[in-house]
Amino acid sequence: MHEFLTGIFFWIAISVCLVGMLVRFVLYFRGLNWQLDRVAYKAHPKAGLKGAWRSIYKWLIPYGTYGWRTQPAMAAAFFCFHIGAVCLPLFLAGHTMFLESKVGFSLFTMSQGLADFLTWLAVGSMVFLILRRIVLPEVRIMTTVYDYFILFIALAPFVSGMMARYQVGSYEFWLNMHIFFGELLLISIPFTKMSHVFLFFASRAQLGMDFGIKRGGMKGTKMAW
Amino acid sequence: MPEGKYCNKTPINTPEEVNFLLSDTSGSQYYKEMESLDVDTALLWGTIQKTMKSRLKTWLEICAHCGMCADSCFLYLVNDRDPKQVPAYKIQSTLGEIVKRKGKVDNAFMRHAMEVAWSQCTCCNRCGTYCPHGIDTGIMFGYLRGLLYQQGFVPWEMKIGAGMHRAYRAQMDVTDADFVETFEWMVEEMEEEYAGLTVPVDVENADILYTVNAREVKHYPEDLAEAAVLFHAAGENWTVPSKGWEQTSLAMFAGDWAACKMQVESVYDAMERLKPKRMIGTECGHAHRATVIEGPYWAGRENGLPPVESIHYVEWLAEALREGKLKIDPEKRIKELVTIQDSCNYVRNQGLKNATREIISYIVEPGYFVEMSPNKEHNFCCGGGGFNGIGVFRKQRNKGLEKKRDQILATGAKLVLAPCHNCWDAIRDLEEEFEIGIRWSFLKPVIIKMLVVPDHMVPEE
Repeated sequence: MHEFLTGIFFWIAISVCLVGMLVRFVLYFRGLNWQLDRVAYKAHPKAGLKGAWRSIYKWLIPYGTYGWRTQPAMAAAFFCFHIGAVCLPLFLAGHTMFLESKVGFSLFTMSQGLADFLTWLAVGSMVFLILRRIVLPEVRIMTTVYDYFILFIALAPFVSGMMARYQVGSYEFWLNMHIFFGELLLISIPFTKMSHVFLFFASRAQLGMDFGIKRGGMKGTKMAW
Repeated sequence: MPEGKYCNKTPINTPEEVNFLLSDTSGSQYYKEMESLDVDTALLWGTIQKTMKSRLKTWLEICAHCGMCADSCFLYLVNDRDPKQVPAYKIQSTLGEIVKRKGKVDNAFMRHAMEVAWSQCTCCNRCGTYCPHGIDTGIMFGYLRGLLYQQGFVPWEMKIGAGMHRAYRAQMDVTDADFVETFEWMVEEMEEEYAGLTVPVDVENADILYTVNAREVKHYPEDLAEAAVLFHAAGENWTVPSKGWEQTSLAMFAGDWAACKMQVESVYDAMERLKPKRMIGTECGHAHRATVIEGPYWAGRENGLPPVESIHYVEWLAEALREGKLKIDPEKRIKELVTIQDSCNYVRNQGLKNATREIISYIVEPGYFVEMSPNKEHNFCCGGGGFNGIGVFRKQRNKGLEKKRDQILATGAKLVLAPCHNCWDAIRDLEEEFEIGIRWSFLKPVIIKMLVVPDHMVPEE
């Protein structure tokens, strides 16, 4: 099982994820329509790029926008979860070693202490986000089973990884589960709401172009996101 | 009964058809007929497949249902934080549902969608700036309105409004002759007060082509004269077109995209015909949005710009004051607390927040101007935006006005400057509804009161 998960299935998962993301990314931008969207993308590329860049980076800064500042607790949970969700898969020692053995190179490796901290932070934040979803009527009304499925896919690699890390029960079992859930997550990215991991940038870029070109950017005012 | 006499899928195109629909007072028969209007599900799904591209599809798909848009919506806030007023919920439960069911929705669903689209969203686009994914629900509601219009599920006034544009190229039954005559007559009325006042019609190669809101012709003709006074005082070389003078577009609020194109092309034709250096529109928000911001796309202009540079009245006014073309008597500046209503249509949607504040620096005694909170591009909609004055949703509209009422009350100001027809109306309505003792005004009359009348306009004794 372990060999299958770290062998062929790993390659399938990573290929589906990368190719899927690329295809959807290209399809997104090809599917933009200047007349129906009412944004002259091609006529004003410089204003568009400026708006797109601003629209993305502002939202990547914790409390960098009015939106984040008006919901401080949500913003804290959001960033604490996403920092772990982005950094741990890329920089955890076990992951970099695995990557090294597979493709011959790896990225920076974080210390175990930092990894533990980020993991707990991410899981804690996710628990907060789930509770928020249950408690707040304005979030609950929109929540569907599908949303919980996405939360499960996001959380499962963290929880199984922690079970293996702290050796609760069988280390082998939890390690395999962790790898399986990680790969399930990769495969789900192009096909589910998980696509936000890359479509976030596409969607933000689009609205940024809209503001950069049509809604004030070319008048010299920047949207104060 | 599939298609009604009054309520059907066919747009109205002629003055006779407009009058016929108007004869159904308050649309009582119209709404009765709507209850049995068939939904052409094949047409609905076909239209969606043709017009829903990656932007809208992605918005519907990646919405995380996080509810961060809730607090950004004034209708959510004034309706006791009713979760059914969360922008994401409103669009997911209407447009999202239509897409999910591949257009197979029934009459009751469409009537519900109509209510949500016109009474629970003013297309103010505020939520779009509060969504981490950059999902602009206001734009999606505009799209939904288009689908509903095509199927005949549109409020009575909106069907009439769009029909007016088709029949008259104006939002009201004002003909080209009415426009020119009214303008000339109003200017004549003021000739004694201001020497040499004229209204130059159809002058080619003028510096300014001035376009208006048909309401001014029909209900507020003094506004036309005031525009003439200010252009004349500033020594501008200006003109009005005898055709293509109407800048507004109720068709935009109705979702009648074909009528939007007809209307805006009439203005662009005037620009092509008269070749002015610039076009300046009156103090109206949605008119500017329709003709300057969205219009180029309806007309198929790939650069997204009108044929000639087109600016809002507040931009011209700020420029005229800055360059000294208009001079203010400092003694007559406003010396009471005053606030300004930022219009969504040209502030949030074109960033013109500084022009109005520059004007204020000339016309208000320092220390008397109070900002609303929030303001500028984060200001709340007046409540009269995209569903201005619809009888059947009057109750919902009046409720929506509470937010603006509270914002104004918090400033302590009794005078509200509202350089936008829809905002002006909404503020008038909120005063009627809540009687908070405020006054409201466009900029033109305020400026005229404190204007230093240049020598060339002083009448000879």
